[in-house]
Amino acid sequence: MTSHEPIEAEPGATAASPDKGPALPTPGVDQYHVDPALPAAGQAEHHDQAERQPKHRAPEKEEKRSFARAFREELWADNNFTVTLLAIVLALICGGVLMVVGNAEVRDQWQYLLYQPGKTIGDTWAFVSTAYTDMFKGAVVNPDTVNRWYWNMTTWQQVFYPISETLTNAAPLIFTGLAVAVPFRAGLFNIGGQGQAIMGAIGGGTVGLALSLPAIVQVPLGVLAGALLGGLWGYLVGVLKARTGAHEVILTIMLNNIAFLFLGWFILQQGIKDPNRSDAISKPIQESGKLPQLIPDPLLRANLGIVLAVLAAAGVAWLLKRGRFGFELRAVGHNPHAAATAGIKVGTTIALTMALAGALAGLGGTSVALGTAPALTVDMLGQIGFNGILVALLGRVRPWGVVGAGLLFGALQAGGNAMQTFSGVSVELVGVIQALIVLFVAAPALVKAIYRLRRSPAAAAQAGLAKG
Amino acid sequence: MDVELAVPEAYWTRTRKTGAVMVVLGLLATIVFGALAGSENARFALGETVDGAGFDIPGTFGAIFFGLVALAAGVAMLVTGRYFGVLTGVALMGFIISALCWQMSVSPVSHTMPLGFIAAATFTAAIPLIFGSLGGVLCERSGVVNVAIEGQLLTGAFFGALFGTLTGNFWLGLVAAAVGGALLSAILAVFAIKYLVDQVVVGIVLNVFAGGLTAFFYEQVMRPDTDAYNFPGKVPSWPVPVLSEIPIIGPALFNGNIFSYGSLIAVVVITIALFRTRWGLRTRAVGEHPAAADTVGIRVLGLRYANVLLAGLVAGFGGAYFSMLSTTGFSKYMVSGAGFIALAAMIFGRWHPVGAFFASLFFGFFGALTGFLNSISSPIPSQFLSMLPYLATIFAVAGLVGRVRAPAADGKPYVKG
Repeated sequence: MTSHEPIEAEPGATAASPDKGPALPTPGVDQYHVDPALPAAGQAEHHDQAERQPKHRAPEKEEKRSFARAFREELWADNNFTVTLLAIVLALICGGVLMVVGNAEVRDQWQYLLYQPGKTIGDTWAFVSTAYTDMFKGAVVNPDTVNRWYWNMTTWQQVFYPISETLTNAAPLIFTGLAVAVPFRAGLFNIGGQGQAIMGAIGGGTVGLALSLPAIVQVPLGVLAGALLGGLWGYLVGVLKARTGAHEVILTIMLNNIAFLFLGWFILQQGIKDPNRSDAISKPIQESGKLPQLIPDPLLRANLGIVLAVLAAAGVAWLLKRGRFGFELRAVGHNPHAAATAGIKVGTTIALTMALAGALAGLGGTSVALGTAPALTVDMLGQIGFNGILVALLGRVRPWGVVGAGLLFGALQAGGNAMQTFSGVSVELVGVIQALIVLFVAAPALVKAIYRLRRSPAAAAQAGLAKG
Repeated sequence: MDVELAVPEAYWTRTRKTGAVMVVLGLLATIVFGALAGSENARFALGETVDGAGFDIPGTFGAIFFGLVALAAGVAMLVTGRYFGVLTGVALMGFIISALCWQMSVSPVSHTMPLGFIAAATFTAAIPLIFGSLGGVLCERSGVVNVAIEGQLLTGAFFGALFGTLTGNFWLGLVAAAVGGALLSAILAVFAIKYLVDQVVVGIVLNVFAGGLTAFFYEQVMRPDTDAYNFPGKVPSWPVPVLSEIPIIGPALFNGNIFSYGSLIAVVVITIALFRTRWGLRTRAVGEHPAAADTVGIRVLGLRYANVLLAGLVAGFGGAYFSMLSTTGFSKYMVSGAGFIALAAMIFGRWHPVGAFFASLFFGFFGALTGFLNSISSPIPSQFLSMLPYLATIFAVAGLVGRVRAPAADGKPYVKG
């Protein structure tokens, strides 16, 4: 079933296959091997049964648990949901500490902790809670605006502005998150989301700025071009991996940098570069090439990108669960040797998986290029590829988990911008909080120890990203 | 391996394949560069400036001659199927010099290349890569994957600038830089070794973490008051009296500072320590076969902790290069990918300190060359030159230049039992 060492090490944990070999047919560098022992639903159950049967002698009793009892038992146990939630809380607490350290006034007040303990704690609380409230107001809903709208002092669009910003930020992250999650299920770690997204932005952006067709033609054409170029960039990785055994982590890191440099060269070329500007920027994207906004209002930036992202997640979910290719992909992830024996073409599956991942990341780049970016520039994408890795890990590499994680990260980003504007706390803090969330989620044992969680009777959070 | 012994060796070995590529490159250089080159002389000056002693090569002649050198080396590889390293080096050098003769002879700005300056620029560009890749070697030889080099360099740069300014003492800043790198390494160690989280995952997350944290404090603390928090001063230069006058390599190697001398010393010390001491033997044993090492009484996890921290010290110290040598002061995301090139250099150097050193120099050379070609307004886009290190690494890991093999237990957490 699985051939990963930490699980083998546990007695009775594997339906031990006799041919215990290295997990991947990679003669080259395979130290970056990802354990695809996934937190996926079906698999987690397998782990569960295998691990638990010797310990719980009466499994039929467990099935009879009433909902209320199950809820009570799971509430403070190390299941995925509780661990994720507590990891977020922990990360926000750490973020609060950093805010205090980073703010000169509050930091100085701490020198008087012994003289004015009440004021010190009060100031700190006021500062941190205001900042996080601003974050919430910028990401979900601002009660003040709702109130003003109720009294007809502002438009209804203002009320939806925070949500719109969250969705706008979430769309590319969901795409790049899926681009990491899909290959992860095949045992491949795609660090190349950034490069694939850049190629996608080049493809989509070029169609968007060079052609002037009716929007109904040009938009799908741009999206297609983005997916195609990103897919090619991913396919290159897959083919090299399948043919030569070169490791995808190294390949994708290198291709990220190559794509970045290529973008820097591309936007300076004649026909692409804006002739009226002296800096490195392309011609503006044509209106007919832009993804249409969900609500045609200049304030609400949310566009078709988020719809496409959710559709892509649905498609990936269907593919992984029901599709033939999805089955082959997961089989290769579980045990490539067994998959090969069963007649699955491992190399082809790897190449196509990476192509699919590249196409998804390419769509992420396109959704920025045709959605929110006015033109192509070298830093238009920020770090969406790398943030996509975090999104995928937080979403436990399941398609709908990625959607949830993408929305959370989008909300943090949108809220972070509001926090910077209103509380003067730099938006860079968001990156730290995001990284901390993923770090904690990846080490459930740590979260479990900090909060003294019970061992979950139902779910094995251990089967998450931790090996062991 | 024993299976391979029975099979007769195929004709298209690695050397012959590479030879074929070199023949193509040689033909390209001879015909295309030769045709494009101008009649002006390409001048190679020995010193750090364009004046002074040097030698001239007529443009067209040089482009064709060195193209033929590359061609000959390629043919030799094809025919003999041997001498991979030497012939590849000769062919590549021939190709590069041929290209230089072409570019310099047609340049509208200058026909002179100051070799001393190029050598110095190469080494300077290589310094952070050397420290970073050594950090990678130390980590990975003991079986912990270090993708967090970028973050370690960045943390080092930040700590160096911050504490160098706060204490008003440059050297304390350097110490703080090393400690900063080690602190980030400590997180890597705890999550990878204690909590058994996938090491690549931790590394990637730590890069984001370090980038965000340093950028946050840069925005909150350093930017509002640069003088108080971000003004560490610049490292003094320590030229060696006579040796720094040596043509070409003198300015590079003997007109240095603590970073350049330190990088050379670190390479020597780490090489000796890894291959000639008890600690080195144990480290390699733990990296290759932790269970066997455990059996003979080596504390696998303890050694891994120590090595990961040591790697952080080295990489963090190297990170101070960015905020204390190349510029004065920290700015956010200033490492901008050097950590990943260092990772590439480590792989290119086959997890060996000396290999990593030369790979770093190789990558540094392309950096220097890019700068030079820009300065003579070469039509070759600098972006494509900057891609060369990454392309070279792809060729290396794809086995086209030579198979690289990681320590066997690299990336695999060790659970006793």
